[in-house]
Amino acid sequence: MASVAIRDVRKAFGTTAVIHGVDISILDGEFVVLVGPSGCGKSTLLRMIAGLENITGGEIAIGDRVVNNVPPKERDIAMVFQNYALYPHMTVSDNMAFSMKLRGAPKEEIDSRVNRAAGILGLENLLERYPRQLSGGQRQRVAMGRAIVRDPQVFLFDEPLSNLDAKLRVQMRTEIKELHQRLKTTTVYVTHDQIEAMTMADKIVVMHDGIVEQIGAPLDLYDKPANVFVAGFIGSPAMNFLKGKVQVNGTGTFIGPQGVKLPLADVPASANGVDAIYGIRPEHFTLADDGAEAEIIVIEPTGSETQVFANLGGEEVVAVFRERHQFKPGEKIRLKPDPKLVHLFDASTGKRLNS
Amino acid sequence: MSIAAPTAKPAREIREITAWDRLKVNKNWLGAWFMLPAAAFLILFLAYPLGLGVWLSFTDARLGRDGVFVGVENYIYLWEDSVFWLSVFNTILYTGVASIIKFAIGLYLALLLNENLPFKAIIRAIVLIPFIVPTVLSAIAFWWLFDPQFSIISWSLKQMGLITQNIDFLGDVWNARWSVIFANIWRGVPFVAITLLAGLQTVSPSLYEAATIDGASTWQRFRFITYPLLTPIIAVVMTFSVLFTFTDFQLIWVMTRGGPVNATHLMATLSYQRAIMSGYLGEGAAISTAMIPFLLAAIMVSWFGLQRRKWQQGGDND
Repeated sequence: MASVAIRDVRKAFGTTAVIHGVDISILDGEFVVLVGPSGCGKSTLLRMIAGLENITGGEIAIGDRVVNNVPPKERDIAMVFQNYALYPHMTVSDNMAFSMKLRGAPKEEIDSRVNRAAGILGLENLLERYPRQLSGGQRQRVAMGRAIVRDPQVFLFDEPLSNLDAKLRVQMRTEIKELHQRLKTTTVYVTHDQIEAMTMADKIVVMHDGIVEQIGAPLDLYDKPANVFVAGFIGSPAMNFLKGKVQVNGTGTFIGPQGVKLPLADVPASANGVDAIYGIRPEHFTLADDGAEAEIIVIEPTGSETQVFANLGGEEVVAVFRERHQFKPGEKIRLKPDPKLVHLFDASTGKRLNS
Repeated sequence: MSIAAPTAKPAREIREITAWDRLKVNKNWLGAWFMLPAAAFLILFLAYPLGLGVWLSFTDARLGRDGVFVGVENYIYLWEDSVFWLSVFNTILYTGVASIIKFAIGLYLALLLNENLPFKAIIRAIVLIPFIVPTVLSAIAFWWLFDPQFSIISWSLKQMGLITQNIDFLGDVWNARWSVIFANIWRGVPFVAITLLAGLQTVSPSLYEAATIDGASTWQRFRFITYPLLTPIIAVVMTFSVLFTFTDFQLIWVMTRGGPVNATHLMATLSYQRAIMSGYLGEGAAISTAMIPFLLAAIMVSWFGLQRRKWQQGGDND
């Protein structure tokens, strides 16, 4: 096991720069998720850690060793690919044993390691099967088994669950997290799914257009997003944003679209008169008589909660209620954001304004 | 609200289902009809000539004269004919050497073209040229290249001072054999290369990445990933290549007509010479028919080669 340090790493394909200086430090044994929309450079960064892509600038260190010019096989990493990349002409056990056979490991050692990995993943009965004879979830497990057998310093996962159906994805998510808790191997996991990131990570790295937007523990990102992008990316349904001006008089008020007044708390006096974006998560609305008036557009019950889409000052917002209300489309309700849970961002820079 | 009672529909007249009714919806019956045109073509243009050829080999037919059944007389005659055995030897040598070299060069070219080369599209097009040129045309070109007097190869070597006399490419027994084999390789490589390239492109790049991370060297990636995944296509390509080479006629006929002293006679050219040039249809047919066991053997080898690969069977296709 080892730490991973990414220092001012850049990547360009020809003249097109895709990663513009990324710094991430990953502690020994940590589960770090790189998350972001497609094209943000997260997979490229992972492939640079693996050694499948050259590093244009900066350096990557695994443990104490800078690996910029170390070939993949000497980096002591294992990677799980999105399409699993199982060797179709080898049985499950041969797939898992391949790396050790190449190294010329003794047969007893190969057998014991393969059996151990198969035991961990519940693959004992599938060892003689070929990849084609396995289901998606089983293939995913074999791909992980191939990584475990090598007992590497770092596990790299490249969107490993995106080829699975929704139910299996949730199940495998738990399995991977459990596996990490058991093996405690440093893990870098790439996904575009913020729920995967939130549920699995010790530390999330949110990437966007080749830069790191924010690094932090899942709940820190949820509670204190550093900018509008992270605020909108983390959380489902996504945070509501309303444009307007800050007015600091006492605790502060936000003058939203069409003059809607929304409450603020703990706003620095310097923010007075600033053009700002008011962010409030759907789950932080309450119904109150002193709330802002909104007209219901659509109601979507999911069972455990109800999502209400409403028109607030000409903008569509969504509110989530756990309790059941007898709403009807067209009905007027009064939504009150919890001022302590409001996120205020600078309209021009997108940076967070309140603490 | 009361539930309405179902209104009784007037009972439809039920006709007895005849065998014809059943046949009309029978998929196998329909399938047989769809296969009929193809079957007619195959019978007319493949099965009939083949059957006629085999029949002729058991007769003493000549050009312009229907033969009578003579049993295996033609074969007994061939058994004692040294020219026939020479042609068998030539055919096996020609097929064996040319196929092995075509495979080696073709695979090499395919691997090369699968890499990211500059001007890849143009190089691929160039590789196909020998395949596109009509065989007779390229044979004539080779005939000139190998001409005893005007050969550009001899001329070049002389200019370089490596030889003093023209090489007699097509006049010497072994020179002639290697020359026609060379021409056949030149013509056959594109087919092997392009088909293997198509096969290589079906191998997912992530397998190579996985193998790289697993610690495989370039050679090991070829040996343990590329080669096994390519074997089904290799088997098909090489079967076809062997069949085409074994039955080759045009190149030889244009370049040497089987000479010198039958040294480059293949079974196909000898058969043509005996049957059409000399008019001994029965004997020529017997030589052609004698090729069938060799061709069947080649097909069997690839068939059983393909059967072995269990990993290809079952499961979905991804």
